[in-house]
Amino acid sequence: MLSDVRERMVARAAREITSGMVVNLGIGLPTKVVNHLPADFPVCLHTENGLTGIGPTLSPEKADRNLIDAGGAYVSTVPGSAFFDSATSFAIVRSGRLDLTMLGAFEVSAAGDLANWKIPGKFSPGVGGGIELAQKARRVVVLTTHTDRAGNPKLRQTSSLPLTARACVSRIFTDMAVIDVSADGFVLVETADGISTADVVAATDAPLIVPDTCLPIF
Amino acid sequence: MKLPDKRCAIPDAVAKIKDGDTVMVGGFGVPGTPMTLIHALVAHGARNLTLIKNDANEPGMGIDHLLQSGQATRLITTHLGLNGTAIALMNTGKLAVEFNAQGILAERIRAGGAGIGAILSDIGIGTELANGKQVVEMEGEDYVVEPALRADVALIHADRADSFGNLAYVATARNFNPLMAMAAKCVIAEAETVLPLGELRADDVHTPGVFVDHVTALGELSKEYVVVRR
Repeated sequence: MLSDVRERMVARAAREITSGMVVNLGIGLPTKVVNHLPADFPVCLHTENGLTGIGPTLSPEKADRNLIDAGGAYVSTVPGSAFFDSATSFAIVRSGRLDLTMLGAFEVSAAGDLANWKIPGKFSPGVGGGIELAQKARRVVVLTTHTDRAGNPKLRQTSSLPLTARACVSRIFTDMAVIDVSADGFVLVETADGISTADVVAATDAPLIVPDTCLPIF
Repeated sequence: MKLPDKRCAIPDAVAKIKDGDTVMVGGFGVPGTPMTLIHALVAHGARNLTLIKNDANEPGMGIDHLLQSGQATRLITTHLGLNGTAIALMNTGKLAVEFNAQGILAERIRAGGAGIGAILSDIGIGTELANGKQVVEMEGEDYVVEPALRADVALIHADRADSFGNLAYVATARNFNPLMAMAAKCVIAEAETVLPLGELRADDVHTPGVFVDHVTALGELSKEYVVVRR
C-alpha cells in the first residue's frame, strides 16, 4: 500500500495522460498510475518486452506464464492488444510513437537531465530500456520522492550521477510538488496538501521559480 | 518436393557447442527463455562461453545456471536487476558484463541476422554509455557506430514449430527469439509442440525454418517455465 501522499501524487500524475495517447509507464511508482485511470479511458499502454494494449495485472493463480510486462509483473491483454519482438518494440520508442513516458529517478537536474540507472559503487544493474524511453519519448515526466531515503534532494542544479539522457525531463511529480523544467530552471506548478512553498524550496537543491499566483494543491 | 526434417534430440544438438563459443539465448525474464536447452548446455559442459541475453533471469533459473557453473565468463546484456548473484559475479570480476540499451541490443542482433555490419544510432550520445564508441557525422548529426552481433549458436524457445523448423511464438515470449534465430551460425530451437509439415500455417510462421538448424519437441515442461511467485 502506498502512503496517502504518494497515492495523491500518483493520482495527480495520472491526470497527465490524455485521451488517445500511447504511453509507457516505467517500473516502480509509474506502473501504479494505471490504477487511477477509468476502465474505459482511451489510452494505449506500451511495454518494452513486446506488447501494446496492457490490461490489468493478474494474481499468480490467474496469470499466463508467457505474459509479463517489462518489470516482470503478470499482466493481461485488452481487446485490440498486439504482441511484437524487441526490435519492433524499440522501433515504436525511437521513432517517436510514444506520446508520454513516466519514469523513476535518482536525480533530475535543473536542465532536465535524468539520472536513473546507475549509482557508481552501489547500484549498476544495467540501463535496460530506460535510455531509449528517456531520450525518445515525445514527453518525459518523472515520478519520484522529492528526497532520497537519507533526506538528500533529488532535484539538483546539476546531477553528479551518470546520466540516462540529457535535457529530457519536462515535468516532475513528487510527494511535495509538481515542478516543471523550463529554460530558466525548475518552476513550481503545484504543491501537495499541507506542503508550503518554503518546504519545497528547502528540499530542492536548485533555484525554484515560484509564480506570483495562488498555486493549485493536489 | 518435401521440406527437410530438422528434428533432433537435444543432447545431439547442443553437442555442437564448443569451448569459447558465443551463444545467444532468447527470452525476457521467464517468457521465451529456452530453459531445457540451457540445462542441456550445463550438462554438455562447454566452457569460456560468451552469452548474449536480454537479462540474467533470476537466481536458480535460466542462464543463471551457466553463470553459477562458471561456464559463462562474459555476458552481453541490458539489465541484471532481478539476479543479485549475477551482479555479485560482475562486481567480483568473475563475469565480464557489457551493458547495451535494450533496443540497441535488439537492433545489433537484427543487423547481424540481416547481413549488415553495423548500425548508426544517437542513443546514449552525451552520456557515459557512448564512451569509447566510434562516432560518425551524417547530415550534421552525430551517431555512434553499433557493430552488428552474431553468434556461433542461438538457443531459441518457440511455442509451436514444424519439422522443417518454422517457428511461432506466443505473447511476450517472442521478445528476442525471432531476432536471435536469424543471427547465429547454428540455431537450435526447442518448441512446446512440433507439428507435422503443413500443420503450422504459412501465414502463422514468425521465424521461417530456413534460419533454423535443429528443432526439438519439449515434453512436460519443467518447473522453471511456470509462473514465478515473488
